[in-house]
Amino acid sequence: MTEAALTPPGRRPRPVRPLWAIVGERALEVLIRLSGMSAIVFVLAIFFFVFREAAPVLFSDRFSPVQFLTSVEWYPTSVSNVRYGILGLIVGTACISGLAIVIAVPFSLGAAIFIAEFCGPRLREVLKIVIELLAAIPSVVWGFIGLTVTSRIIVDLTGAPVGVNVLNGGVILALMCVPIITSIGEDALKAVPDTYREAAFAQGATTWQTVRYVLLPAAKNGLLAAVLLGVGRAVGETMAVLMSTGHAVHIPHGLLDSVRTLTANIAAELGEAPAHSEHYRVLFLTGVLLFLITFAINLAADLIVRGVRRER
Amino acid sequence: MRTPWLTKSVAYGLAVGFSLTIAGCGGSKQSGPAQSAIQVKGSDTMVNLAQAWAEEYKKVAPQVDIEVSGGGSGVGIAALEKGTIDIANASRNMKPEEVEQAKRNTGKEPKEFVVAFDALAVYVHKDNPINEISLEQLAQIFVEGGTVTKWSQLGVTIPGASDDEIVRVSRQSSSGTYEFFREHVLAKKDFKLGSRDMNGSKEVVDLVSNTKTAIGYSGMGYATPAVKMVLLSTKPGEPAIAPTVANTLNKTYPLARSLFVYTLGEPEGQVKGYVDWIRSPAGQQIVEKTGYVPVPVTSAAQ
Repeated sequence: MTEAALTPPGRRPRPVRPLWAIVGERALEVLIRLSGMSAIVFVLAIFFFVFREAAPVLFSDRFSPVQFLTSVEWYPTSVSNVRYGILGLIVGTACISGLAIVIAVPFSLGAAIFIAEFCGPRLREVLKIVIELLAAIPSVVWGFIGLTVTSRIIVDLTGAPVGVNVLNGGVILALMCVPIITSIGEDALKAVPDTYREAAFAQGATTWQTVRYVLLPAAKNGLLAAVLLGVGRAVGETMAVLMSTGHAVHIPHGLLDSVRTLTANIAAELGEAPAHSEHYRVLFLTGVLLFLITFAINLAADLIVRGVRRER
Repeated sequence: MRTPWLTKSVAYGLAVGFSLTIAGCGGSKQSGPAQSAIQVKGSDTMVNLAQAWAEEYKKVAPQVDIEVSGGGSGVGIAALEKGTIDIANASRNMKPEEVEQAKRNTGKEPKEFVVAFDALAVYVHKDNPINEISLEQLAQIFVEGGTVTKWSQLGVTIPGASDDEIVRVSRQSSSGTYEFFREHVLAKKDFKLGSRDMNGSKEVVDLVSNTKTAIGYSGMGYATPAVKMVLLSTKPGEPAIAPTVANTLNKTYPLARSLFVYTLGEPEGQVKGYVDWIRSPAGQQIVEKTGYVPVPVTSAAQ
């Protein structure tokens, strides 16, 4: 007040803010900037530490990267002949994720199209809430369902000797991927401008024709990104596959054979592997591989979404 | 009709609330300095036993909290090496390099106590007609390069099974049971790839009880009516021996083994009290109750 009174006449008094407000604002700005940056720092730090734990084994003469990637023989604790071959685990991960995506994609794209284009506003709200709930179920609960419910059903239906197998893991993972693909896919469809729909309807197209010939082509990049994020989830999922796939290291001979995945293998063995031993480092190397796989998938999804933006 | 239901639910609600309050009080009391906790970790074979001990010991010494977790003998020993736990349960001996590692990390030498005996039983589904098997046949089923992959090779037809293939149920590699089996059945050779590697003793028995063509190994304490323990002979033609208490004690059963607890250095204070109690007749009674073989008093005193 007094300061305002002191300003020379003829000039508008500038609002004077207390020092703490100015400093506080600056500090807050820095803090927000830091939290934004921290995501990058964390990702780099995680990759650095995982790689640092793994790196020495790469240069060890007892370890061969070719054997690591091409051999099925995984004997990390063998007394006579230690072998680190993860081909069986890679194939396991590929089988389970592939099957999960094959099962999940038709369902989730169907659901996304239904929610975005066909259903009324009230049902849409209900469905979206239910799908979000489905996405929030912890993976250990899915694993438990895989272990106790779906595996029994599979034994009853197929006569398979063991219920915890590729099919079981694929079904469970598909159930986990559906909510992700559905909600991202629905967003992609919603992102198509309404003018497209109006133009189609004006030409006498039915809803289905609009979806088939206008919306799907327009949203295809977004939908592909949704599917890729689903794949990323499937590849990285650990607990549910650990519990529902039977944990057997080999190349599966069919859908009803048990397998082990890269993630489940790390989860099961890291606890026992003596710190900084070769086994420990190889497990970290498996982690690096997983990191690279999911990184590639997410990057692909991101580039595709970027593609969408540029087209508009 | 409504009232009894209502009173009942109110009563339950009160009971739950009341017990929570008591538990809460107990919790706050326990956080006092007089309360001490003993961390126990390791063998899955012994996890039931260790929990039974912990519960019973609570009655003997209420001021001591005992926290038990599993994970496998290897996990327990690894934690002991780092000095993060007080007691490691193990269904195998500590290896010399593990003892070295513990000494290097903590400066104390691990001390071993035999706390029970166990027969590593070979389990099959209860409908499987096989009654006995030799160690050699067992090795051929499980070992890398082994020739036995079908039940018909053992002259066995399982009624009601659609498949002849033997489903091998094994353990994860951190398990002491896994290492014991590898050493005593497979002569330290490796397991055949493709066995279902379960994360616990109970999971092995569960899978075998659900799978007609399965064969697996686990501690004798995990037997259920849905599975059958197969008699074991050292060589074909020799008498097959059942995994019973008597045969385990006199070591005629080929896969009899000791169960251990390890402490860092000579146990002191509460840990000493607990280990001593485990080996006392009261502790050994629990061993018998959980399906294992108690250590005779003379050898426990050593």
